[in-house]
Amino acid sequence: MTAPIDVSYAQLAATLALVAIAIAVSIWVHVDLERDIAVAVARSFIQLSAVGLVINVIFDEDRLVLVVALITAMVLFGALTARNRARRVPAAFAPLLVALAAAGGLTLVLVVALGVFEPEPRFLVPVGGMVVGNAMTAAAVALNRLGDDMRAAAPRIEATLALGATAAQAALPVVRSSLRSGMISLVDSTKTTGLIFFPGTMVGMLLAGADPVDAVRLQLVLLYTLLGSVAIAALIATSLAYRNFFTPAHQLKDLPA
Amino acid sequence: MQPPLFELRDVTLSRAGTVVLRDVSSDIPEGAVCIAGPSGSGKSSLLRLLDRLRDPDRGEVRYRGRDVRTYDVLALRRAVSLVPQLPALVEGTVADNVEFAARLAGRSPDVGRVLGQAGLDASFADRDAERLSVGEQQRVMLARSLAQEPDVLLLDEPTSALDEEARESVERTLLRLRRELDLSYVLVTHDPDQAARMSDWCLRLALGGTVTGAGPLAAPEAARA
Repeated sequence: MTAPIDVSYAQLAATLALVAIAIAVSIWVHVDLERDIAVAVARSFIQLSAVGLVINVIFDEDRLVLVVALITAMVLFGALTARNRARRVPAAFAPLLVALAAAGGLTLVLVVALGVFEPEPRFLVPVGGMVVGNAMTAAAVALNRLGDDMRAAAPRIEATLALGATAAQAALPVVRSSLRSGMISLVDSTKTTGLIFFPGTMVGMLLAGADPVDAVRLQLVLLYTLLGSVAIAALIATSLAYRNFFTPAHQLKDLPA
Repeated sequence: MQPPLFELRDVTLSRAGTVVLRDVSSDIPEGAVCIAGPSGSGKSSLLRLLDRLRDPDRGEVRYRGRDVRTYDVLALRRAVSLVPQLPALVEGTVADNVEFAARLAGRSPDVGRVLGQAGLDASFADRDAERLSVGEQQRVMLARSLAQEPDVLLLDEPTSALDEEARESVERTLLRLRRELDLSYVLVTHDPDQAARMSDWCLRLALGGTVTGAGPLAAPEAARA
């Protein structure tokens, strides 16, 4: 077995050649993305370097309270980011915040309770980060769809309310399709994993010199964990957010187009 | 003395910053009633106040002598059943739609009988609701409401999307229901001829949502027949 991988800044700088290709393509084909690419490269370097330092401190301190603080901050920023993608849902921040907090919290408690991971920062920080990130994407996609479909289905929803259905009964078909939209991407990528792409954790472990069977096993643990957390996030986000389209008297609110 | 079916007292309603009904006051009696007026006069908005799909900004709406806000809103909507302008059925068969509505009202429907009341053959029960013509879908909308055995039907321009033949057929069905079931209805229409054919009392609205008149008409054609 080889030693764990040690990436130097020179090697990191060398990968900028591939970034240069992306910028060249953008300029050549006039897709007008070169500025965004430069910003993305700079932000990813600064953000990941900063979080690397933070994680270093958390690992050195080895205190669970710092893990909780880090995950809380990620949940907060995740909910703010997802809100921007769910602009057509009134007051989407609160449902997103609850959804991400529940997905992150419940998933970490479950993986520890089931004995999948030890309750130590070196496990909980990376797993928590993946869980919150995937939960954010799923919740954002689900609420984006919810915002569009509630408007498109407004006549049908109002017709159902007119029969004396509750807001929950009237919105159920839309909530169901939004939930499906939030979950389908991870379900599909889980189906095709190993066939048409290698997932990130497995690639990282292989590069770091781990045994391929160990890498696969850990990757599967994470994929199955993510399936659960994404389902929790999308379910809570849609179940809370649809209510913001209705008044307490089961009336569909007037919405801006 | 029996209170009127509905009473509107100084009702004002705005939507998206525009006043659609302004200080509307009127009684609406039992029977075959129409709310008539040009497009943009607030007819459909007024209809939605009667079953609390909307609440007014100001004023009061009463049903059988009681403020509509004092009723259980879901029970009110099952008693005062609105059929919208365009069909909007739930996914599934015609029977699924009728049974869904009936279950909400705690009824066990005879689907064939209810379809017959709405002018559809019982063989429609197993057909996919989304594959029907607009006229047939509108009749399924009516059948859903009838499956709840409501006290009043609120009909929001129910024939506006139909051709001449389908319109006449739906009108005949409504007049028959009025006669056979003694069912009151409030029909929204922009067509003065339809108002005359279908109602014995009419509330007229003008652009800007003000009342220009309210009172009895000659009895509907089929009732006279």
